[in-house]
Amino acid sequence: MDHNTQLKNNENYLLEMINISKEFPGVKALDGVQLKVRTGTVHALMGENGAGKSTLMKCLFGIYHEDNGEIYLEGKKVKFNSAKQALENGVSMVHQELNQVRQRNIMDNIWLGRYPKKGIFIDEQKMYESTKKIFEELDIRLDPREKSGKLTVSQMQMVEIAKAVSYNSKVIVMDEPTSSLTEKEVNHLFKIINALKQKGVGIIYISHKMEEILQISDDVTVMRDGKWIDTRPAAELTTDMIISLMVGRDLTNRFPPKDNVPGETILRVEDLTATYQPSIQNVGFELRKGEILGIAGLVGSKRTDIVEALFGIRQVASGKIYVHGKEVQNRAPQQAIKNGFALITEERRSTGIFGILDINFNSIIANLDEYFNKFGLVDEDKCKTDTQWVVDSMRVKTPSQKTLISSLSGGNQQKVIIGRWLLTEPEILMMDEPTRGIDVGAKYEIYQLMIDLAKKDKGVLMISSEMPELLGITDRILVMSNGQVAGIVETKNTTQEEILRLSAKFL
Amino acid sequence: MSSVTEKLRNMTKKDVAAWMMNNAIFIVLVVLLLVIISISPDFVSINNFRNILSQASTRIIIALGVGGLIITQGTDLSAGRMVGLSAVISASLLQAPGYAYRMYPNLNLLPINPDEPAFQILLPILLAASITAIFGLINGFIIAKLNVTPFITTLGTMIIIYGVNSIYFDRPPYGAQPIGGLDPRYMKFAQGSIYIGDFAVPYLVIYAAIVTVLIWVLWNKTRFGKNIYAVGGNPEAAVVSGVSLVKTLLIVYTLAGFLYGFAGSLEAARVGSATNNTGNMYELDAIAACVVGGVSFSGGIGTVAGVVTGVLIFQVINYGLAFIGVNPYLQYIIKGLIIITAVAIDTRKYLKKK
Repeated sequence: MDHNTQLKNNENYLLEMINISKEFPGVKALDGVQLKVRTGTVHALMGENGAGKSTLMKCLFGIYHEDNGEIYLEGKKVKFNSAKQALENGVSMVHQELNQVRQRNIMDNIWLGRYPKKGIFIDEQKMYESTKKIFEELDIRLDPREKSGKLTVSQMQMVEIAKAVSYNSKVIVMDEPTSSLTEKEVNHLFKIINALKQKGVGIIYISHKMEEILQISDDVTVMRDGKWIDTRPAAELTTDMIISLMVGRDLTNRFPPKDNVPGETILRVEDLTATYQPSIQNVGFELRKGEILGIAGLVGSKRTDIVEALFGIRQVASGKIYVHGKEVQNRAPQQAIKNGFALITEERRSTGIFGILDINFNSIIANLDEYFNKFGLVDEDKCKTDTQWVVDSMRVKTPSQKTLISSLSGGNQQKVIIGRWLLTEPEILMMDEPTRGIDVGAKYEIYQLMIDLAKKDKGVLMISSEMPELLGITDRILVMSNGQVAGIVETKNTTQEEILRLSAKFL
Repeated sequence: MSSVTEKLRNMTKKDVAAWMMNNAIFIVLVVLLLVIISISPDFVSINNFRNILSQASTRIIIALGVGGLIITQGTDLSAGRMVGLSAVISASLLQAPGYAYRMYPNLNLLPINPDEPAFQILLPILLAASITAIFGLINGFIIAKLNVTPFITTLGTMIIIYGVNSIYFDRPPYGAQPIGGLDPRYMKFAQGSIYIGDFAVPYLVIYAAIVTVLIWVLWNKTRFGKNIYAVGGNPEAAVVSGVSLVKTLLIVYTLAGFLYGFAGSLEAARVGSATNNTGNMYELDAIAACVVGGVSFSGGIGTVAGVVTGVLIFQVINYGLAFIGVNPYLQYIIKGLIIITAVAIDTRKYLKKK
């Protein structure tokens, strides 16, 4: 790989990740990726969801071990085994989810695990003064003795940055740092970033917000489908150029032929607003029979909240749901199921499977009403027949019905869960990231299944972060931005550029 | 036969280790039995066997109540105190007419003629069990609706129920005296036996067997049963699948309360008297038996057969060690070690190999 054109002259690389590859069963997550960060600069790392940015960072921090490639920090070859080791060597990350011990105060959180000591006691005074000093350097106006739980998201983020500085970090990774900040807070963050640059820190900045990237960063690296695409100085780039670098890809036949024909409306949602904000606001759309409606949006755009609200898991403040023109109440999943809804959740492990139970149990659990005889006892034969139907029609690869579901592969687990919901004979099937963590072959099968369902006059709602799959199998795409509907587009007539623009509409 | 030896020969070291791991608790039981029998061969007798079973009977009923809620990731420290409450209520309502220190001197629930069938016995027993069922419901409500952890909830109700029981128990004219002089028909209800030829089957064993069968059906054959495994296995997935968490928890705790109550009434009649301390610490025995019997504290796993086996193991240990005259204090140490060992081994089965 010597595509690096502009940056070649600058030998002062702080961090170099060269030719990094990482393969998961069935997926090549990273394929010869490189990232070179100069001292005292902000290096933006860009790419769609699933382009491999997070995987690359996980390789840096030793959470994954790359199959191939080398990492150099200040010219010295390094290989970290854990985030902690990386931290101790001057590479730190400010997470999207801020992990702090909310019950303890700010300085406790910063010095956690390495409290300054005086004899056997913790030196509170020193801890306070060191924290104060870092805060002053970075212009952070907070009392180190304040409880962490009382801070706003933006303040917590500042504390995290201060923590990184306290470790004398040379490289700081910021993952979507502005996703929940107000404009004023963003400006303050940029001031802090500039202060860090002065100190010679290199910052890897992951974000979807183009304007911000162009404003704050010095270099931009674009990734796509696990590959390195280009690295250029930000000054040479425009928003459109970045988008076309991120998107430029051909869609080969990774998708089954689409021969479903949308018909009349089954589901109409009006003005849906969740009780506990930030969440969805005034969401409205229609779903037709035989239609696959995609829901697109960036991480944090509250796509999942829509299906949660529709399924009665998320409390709704206002809004109406009509099925076949009749208003329905989905205050709890039981009601939603009765009204013909089904939900395949995003987090298969935490809200989908019953890992310690077998395939039989996992198949029938949402459809229990159907398996009791007139004495109220379980009809084992019917359970077996239906489980067998799930195994056969979904082509689940399993030794038996008594196999624990946790011993199956992700794709097979997902098929069992889809089967579970098909047993309830839903009219509206909502799928949240149905192909996440599934290999390419199983993905194709799941797409085929969705199209087959649409052909049987079901309405399918699919949330997805993968642009190709949205464009590949949906009929229309609803784009969410910051909790609101930014637009609903016909898949045939849209482009990735349009969707990306819409998803940034309310940021 | 040759194929069996063949199979045994083909078993690798790993297979043997895995087999021993899966059956560790039974291996412990067999080893203990062998030790007991080798010290005192008399231990093997129908009489001892019958004693162990009838002593285990009330414990099985309690443990089945606790087992159900452990499957839902719960626990119940108030079980023993509910047993005590029910024992005191039943005993106070079923004292013999001629007894001098009756709590209710004028109460005669049973027919005066001792030969008449006395189905009325069931009334106080049902009343007592209903009262403990209400306490169970309260436990369930606090846990499911107020989201207080089961440990804390039942720690609180444990203390409250003891207080309630003591107020009821310690009243004039006779104050804090054991409630004795129970009606012989009530005593017989727990202490009697059915004779099949010369072979006596204690009523208690029959009650325990009936409860065991009913609970087996409930756990394995009903919607409620499926729901407790779902709630225990993955509460969030259960909710998404349309299982009502609140309803399931309310039922499981209420049912447990009812079972404790029934066991308490039997316990009073078995012992022949009751005080406010009857049933003290039974909850810990029941929890230990469940855990030893393979009910997982992290929820979703457990069988009726496991719970019953767990109780029997403890009873064999109790009875056997006493039989060969092991120092009672040493018995505590052995029991404690068995609990920890059993769970440590059981946990290996489910640990993620990393």
